[in-house]
Amino acid sequence: MSLILLIEQVLNGLQFGVMLFLMAAGLTLIFGVMGLINLAHGSLYMVGAFAAAAVAGWTGSFALALVAALAAAAAAGALVELLVIRRLYDRDHLDQVLATFALILIFSEGTRWLFGSFPLFLDVPAALAGPVMLPGGILYPLYRLVIIGVGLLVALGLFWLIAKTRIGVQIRAGEADREMIAALGVDISKLYTLVFALGAALAGLAGALVGAIQSVQVGMGEPVLILAFVVIVIGGIGSIKGALVGSLLVGLTDTLGGVLLPPLLGIFMQASSATSVGSAVASMAIYILMVGVLLFKPSGLFGGT
Amino acid sequence: MTRETFLNVILFAILPVTALAAFALDEPFIITLATKAAILALAGVGLNIALGLGGLVSFGHAAFFGLGGYAMGILASHAQSYTPLMETPFLIEGTKSMLVIWGVAIIAAALAALAIGALSLRTTGVYFIMITLAFGQMLYYFAISWPAYGGEDGLSIYIRNDFPGLNTLDPIQFFAIAFGVLAIVLFGAGRLAKAPFGLALSAARQNAERVETVGLTPFRIRLVAFVISGAVTGLAGALFADLNRFVSPTMFSWHTSGEIMIFVILGGVGRLFGPVAGAALFILLEHTLGGISEFWQVYLGLLLLGVVLFARGGLIGTIAGREVAHD
Repeated sequence: MSLILLIEQVLNGLQFGVMLFLMAAGLTLIFGVMGLINLAHGSLYMVGAFAAAAVAGWTGSFALALVAALAAAAAAGALVELLVIRRLYDRDHLDQVLATFALILIFSEGTRWLFGSFPLFLDVPAALAGPVMLPGGILYPLYRLVIIGVGLLVALGLFWLIAKTRIGVQIRAGEADREMIAALGVDISKLYTLVFALGAALAGLAGALVGAIQSVQVGMGEPVLILAFVVIVIGGIGSIKGALVGSLLVGLTDTLGGVLLPPLLGIFMQASSATSVGSAVASMAIYILMVGVLLFKPSGLFGGT
Repeated sequence: MTRETFLNVILFAILPVTALAAFALDEPFIITLATKAAILALAGVGLNIALGLGGLVSFGHAAFFGLGGYAMGILASHAQSYTPLMETPFLIEGTKSMLVIWGVAIIAAALAALAIGALSLRTTGVYFIMITLAFGQMLYYFAISWPAYGGEDGLSIYIRNDFPGLNTLDPIQFFAIAFGVLAIVLFGAGRLAKAPFGLALSAARQNAERVETVGLTPFRIRLVAFVISGAVTGLAGALFADLNRFVSPTMFSWHTSGEIMIFVILGGVGRLFGPVAGAALFILLEHTLGGISEFWQVYLGLLLLGVVLFARGGLIGTIAGREVAHD
């Protein structure tokens, strides 16, 4: 295993983690403020990717595609919040799980109906295509570096939004005591719609950015959604900081596990069986990580009591 | 007789009446649909023990369903190819006996439920939902990446396994087996709910502190319930695999967990016959809506949304009214 390969994989892990953060941040905000478990978050990711692919197909502009992804996901989020989610806040988690699972069915089949079953492709913009030379002689795709940069910028922006702005104060107050902030004259239902649309926009952005690396297809949001759940369980539900730490941990574990485990097991066993056992264990690595964290901190790394 | 008891009698009769009518009209496909409904109902009865009685919202029951399926697939594929399952330290052969396979499926699912439950039940609420979901996905990815038993492609079994005295390839006889198992498990689940254990489990759902005060341990009660629930769903998985003569990682996917949960909710949470009503309705919808539109799951989604938002007791709750406290 060469050092260069290892650094490349660490960068891949970071890129994956940063994308997970965009998903997990929305989920954890929505849970923290509204107490809602939203399975349909992966559908919003898919909506973003499809909107981006469709707009890029019409106009050829990646920038417009990103704008479309943000707008479409935020609009879908706001619409869903107004029509359905709003009725679920005072229900138990079972109702929330089922209603949002129903939303997944509607979103997935609706998208299949609109766009067909074949995957769409979203090209990396020409300006960001191709590799770039990093210090140390490592060639790495520029686009992936840009994704890491965008993700970290969004994370910074989110921390700023929550710590410094008026809306951030209201969000934090909403997490702490819903009735009180409503009594103080903040329009709580408008705040809820706003938070939901913000989370949806982040998911849509992630979908569009990843859509240029992978194919854009129905059901693409579900594996990411489940990883995002693992992230916020590890980080502690409701904590943005936990979501960031959790996503990087999960991203790195998943990427490095797949690369490092097979050769590592190869020390103890035959190469052929080490490859199959290694890849099988690597596919479970993040879940093992999650179990490990929960054994010591049942409410996650940065969760409350 | 309360309205719910009356409804239960009808629900219990629906599947065999459908199957027998289809047998008389020589419609083997309908018999197979009824068999599928009976097996899926069995999976739902399993989940309902954890979900309805115990209030444990497990989103990972596909794990047990899939383990049951793979117990069948692995044992039968070894018997099919005449290769032993393992030779050291002792010889284990494959088998085509349904009874042995059921035993293995139940034990495998129960052990998995014990491990998953022991870890997951340390948490509550949303954490519990997400962790059970994650465990299910863990097995899903394991099944995909483990190449020995078909990996992503799954395993095909050429001939259905044997049951003493019956020809399992005959649809009506296989239906009889599946329905027989469902009837026995329904009887057992009904007894369980009224037994001291079931009452303690319900009490732990309603008020865990009080249960603790009278000297019971909610964690232990819930864990036992989770194990029983997983074992029943595992048995359903073995039967489901036998019905299709095929197992694949899809049985482990979270969509399967969601669907098992849908059977319970459509029918009515915590009602003994809820999963039967839910699974029958689901198969009926799949069959009729699937004929109308390729995108029938949109309608399923809308229906489910309607049930969750407006008809909170599910099918049985809507027809039979609120649950009676004592009978």
